[in-house]
Amino acid sequence: MIWEKYPFKKNIHLFRHGGLNLVYDVNSGSLHSLDDKAGEWLAEIISFSEKHPQKAARPGVLLAATGRKLTETERSEIKREFERLEQEGALFSAEAELPPPYAENEQPLLKALCLHLAHDCNLACRYCFAGTGAFGGKRELMSLATGKKALDFALARSGGRATLEVDFFGGEPLLNRTVMRSLVAYGRAAAAATAAGKRINFSLTTNALGLDDELADWLDQEKIGLVLSIDGRPDVHDRMRPRPDGRGSYAAVLPAVLRTARRRAGASPYAVGAYYYARGTYTRYNPDFDRDVLHLADLGVERISAEPAVGGDLAPRLEDWPEISASYDRLGEAYLAYAAAGRPFNFFHFNSGLDAGPCLAKRLKGCGAGLEYAAVAPNGDIYPCHQFVGRTEWRLGNVSEEAAAPAAAIAREFAAAHINAKKTCRECWCRFICGGGCHAANLETTGDLRGVYDLGCLMQRKRFEVAAYIRAREALAATDESLTGAKFSSAQKTQES
Amino acid sequence: MNKHIQTLVKGSLAAAAAQGGCGACQASCQSACKTSCTVGNQVCAK
Repeated sequence: MIWEKYPFKKNIHLFRHGGLNLVYDVNSGSLHSLDDKAGEWLAEIISFSEKHPQKAARPGVLLAATGRKLTETERSEIKREFERLEQEGALFSAEAELPPPYAENEQPLLKALCLHLAHDCNLACRYCFAGTGAFGGKRELMSLATGKKALDFALARSGGRATLEVDFFGGEPLLNRTVMRSLVAYGRAAAAATAAGKRINFSLTTNALGLDDELADWLDQEKIGLVLSIDGRPDVHDRMRPRPDGRGSYAAVLPAVLRTARRRAGASPYAVGAYYYARGTYTRYNPDFDRDVLHLADLGVERISAEPAVGGDLAPRLEDWPEISASYDRLGEAYLAYAAAGRPFNFFHFNSGLDAGPCLAKRLKGCGAGLEYAAVAPNGDIYPCHQFVGRTEWRLGNVSEEAAAPAAAIAREFAAAHINAKKTCRECWCRFICGGGCHAANLETTGDLRGVYDLGCLMQRKRFEVAAYIRAREALAATDESLTGAKFSSAQKTQES
Repeated sequence: MNKHIQTLVKGSLAAAAAQGGCGACQASCQSACKTSCTVGNQVCAK
């Protein structure tokens, strides 16, 4: 029994959601449902351990001081179940010895490239972090020659990796569709010609204004993943995503989104292969974004993502959190209700990764920006990720340079900004879910790559709680639900995020 | 069969950590996200 000295707060997360008592074991990635008696006792154990760490460390004190409302039989039963799960490594599991994700002076292999085909756009979205497409610079399109050099750079820097991901991004990349098509042909041939016979998985992030049937046929044929920007309800979308002359774009975008949803029904919810996602951005104006997600689901869209705006006056603030949190809660219940009614949809952030998620090494590495992931601007400049493009102090190099390689000093900064290097993350139960969060958001809100974006943390925790709850409901639907609790004591609320 | 606790998902993250990662998985921000990194919700490529 390791309870006496176990760091509960960082290694297990006990929470109540939708009438269930759930505990997530951080180091194993296991999820359990507890009845009220076990849930209350565990909550007391955690609470006592936090309030009285020295007393709790004395042999026998923690158990003796807690669970006093239970009968001896109940205590014995629950204790035995806790011990069995501990022995199985599924609860109170030990922390892994994790080396830094990147060795000193390691030259990480590139696995993904964000190719900015166009720093221009045919919309004038009010929340655009790219400043309506230009990223604070001049409006320009990437030339075919620069695009080829970018792909050559990516293939060369991907070493022994068999697969490389390339996303066409902007601005609006379809303003440069001829170059896009040529680059797909070039990239496939160049990848196949490598000694290792590599493969490139292409994807396209677009506002869908230029997504006509002929292009859709080609995208299907080439198995190119699609992320289509649409914010949900017509008024919400049009308010934020107008054309340059102020007219809304919803009416023009929606048909292309629905055609894609029909063409790609059954696409991978994990964004693998010829997938699609309808991706919305929510702002302070629609903290009830669950209604936007359901608007799309009601229209037959089955792969939906909704992300908060980043930076600026429209981005959600901490004071908006109660409404945003309630949105995620409602969306979780709707997700289950729609599935039960035979109209399932997928919400990207409710993919829990509990069953087939990535390994701990990946979770420790985080997003890989500046190391495994990079973005290339139309002029060939390389940045750690799409969010850094145009911020010249973070420029890593240019694809035209001989033996282009990420600027070592900047790459080291990103390599050092992992979860074990950040105290807040080290102590957080959600660390292996977010991997430290978005570097750009952390930098934007704290001025430090090793900082932590508070509101982003709240979102990550909430989204995982709802995702785990959905996973639990799905599992319990097929079994006996007698273990689910009806009540939850105030003590159990100590771990609520 | 447990009476009070039901295991819904049994993971082995830490136990498998010694094997390291193959790196074949996709980049976190390259799919449907682009603004809020989430690592744990992706799928292992193995």
